[in-house]
Amino acid sequence: MDRVAIVGASMTQFGQREGWIRELLAEAGQDCLANAEIDGDDLEHLYVSNMASGEFEGQTGIANAVAHDLDALPAYTARIDQTSSSGGAGVYSAWQSVASGASDLTLLIGGEKMTHRSTAEATDVIASLTHPAEYKHGVTLPSFAGLTARRYLHEYDAPRESLAKVAVKNHKNGVDNPHAQFQKEVDLDTVMESPIVADPLRLYDFCPITDGSAALLLCPESVASEYTDDYAVISGIGGATDTHVVHEREDPTVMNGVVDSSAIAYEQAGLSPDDIDVAELHDMFTILEFLQSEGLGFFEQGEGWKAVEEGVTDRDGELPINTSGGLKSKGHPLGASGVAQVYEIYKQLTGTAGPRQVEAETGLACNVGGFGNCVITTIMEAGQ
Amino acid sequence: MSEHQDPHDAESDEQPPMEAARYPDGSILYPAHPLGPDGAEPVGTVDLSKYRATVITWTTSTATPPGVREPNHLAIVEFDVDGESVRAIGQLTTDGVEIGDTVEPVYAEELRDPEAGIREPASQSWDGYRFRPIE
Repeated sequence: MDRVAIVGASMTQFGQREGWIRELLAEAGQDCLANAEIDGDDLEHLYVSNMASGEFEGQTGIANAVAHDLDALPAYTARIDQTSSSGGAGVYSAWQSVASGASDLTLLIGGEKMTHRSTAEATDVIASLTHPAEYKHGVTLPSFAGLTARRYLHEYDAPRESLAKVAVKNHKNGVDNPHAQFQKEVDLDTVMESPIVADPLRLYDFCPITDGSAALLLCPESVASEYTDDYAVISGIGGATDTHVVHEREDPTVMNGVVDSSAIAYEQAGLSPDDIDVAELHDMFTILEFLQSEGLGFFEQGEGWKAVEEGVTDRDGELPINTSGGLKSKGHPLGASGVAQVYEIYKQLTGTAGPRQVEAETGLACNVGGFGNCVITTIMEAGQ
Repeated sequence: MSEHQDPHDAESDEQPPMEAARYPDGSILYPAHPLGPDGAEPVGTVDLSKYRATVITWTTSTATPPGVREPNHLAIVEFDVDGESVRAIGQLTTDGVEIGDTVEPVYAEELRDPEAGIREPASQSWDGYRFRPIE
């Protein structure tokens, strides 16, 4: 089967932006098309990953709007919503469109506009994904993180500082990412002394609220060289779903969606966790980097924290995780994040990551929706 | 231990059950789902308010959405219903609990202000059970 190649990628500045959702999406899309010297009307499919433009901004129908703004008519278009894994789900849809033969040239753009809302309002928009039995108690995504972090520290005798070291590491990586919302280091004391948000987690254990977008251009590998000499291929991709009601999971410290989606991706790629050279994980909260690195099989259950303590996941470590700065430092515009994760792996595999560059032939991106409710794992390899 | 006593905590004579569903394989789920394990429909209900539970984990949330008390003490607890375990999430009546503590459900008429958040007020119920530590 012809594999699916990524022949172009772009991302906007992440942070507090003046533009609204249509402008942000068009910005990344336009850059991606220009970099590949493609016209909008060359596209056969155009997908837009976005969680909640209707709720945040009162703008729906954004896939149609962006297709028009990019002169991509009459390409087939659709908006992909899978909450905060909308980006990963968009990668899945874009991959499917090419792998199935339905499209020979697909553009995916992921984006979100959030910062015009107060923290309380944005938190409520995101918390609206919860079950009524959770929502009425005021349960939020950060509170799930606090509940899970406390259980993890209790069960595996991990020091609280190990979580803070995820934030320190990812902020350090973000310094070299010109698109990151925060391009500054933080030290351990700053994290440990920041205000409590969801005990035992503090402000610096959480990603910020962010505006931004990112885009990918996909085609069959057999024609990739028509667009570029340097490309990456999606060699495995899997999606999986866990319970909607979070407390129904047998072990609160296991992300079944990560385990199940990665099993599909590894099998499809014919690779194992040991083959992965670099990974982008969904560190919306520091605790998620531990849970994902264990669910993906990089480390044994309950030992992900030790890898951070030992520097294994540092940029110069054995398995660099979140060289982009992660959601923690780069920011988390919901629909863009999964696309931006793949952007970073693409940059690493094509040798264009600049000061963030690590030695990598194979990379993995894991995008999480809700609190592990929906997960997409994508494995990529450098194009031949 | 600082006690947070909400006026809505007052126990009334007309408390609805904290209703979980029982499935043919004996498992119990809270909240109920139309289909449970093996795709089976529920065969009965269990009122969890009659049982005590053990705290699995807890947090205190300080960044609360509109209409939610601040701080918001929350816990995941586990009930033992005649040997069958079932978990629930909910607000705590107080801070200062620890993993392993025993709690009991206490009815509250309104857990958050239905009019303040993004969700349509008529789309769901807003009463429910908080968990109170047993000394």
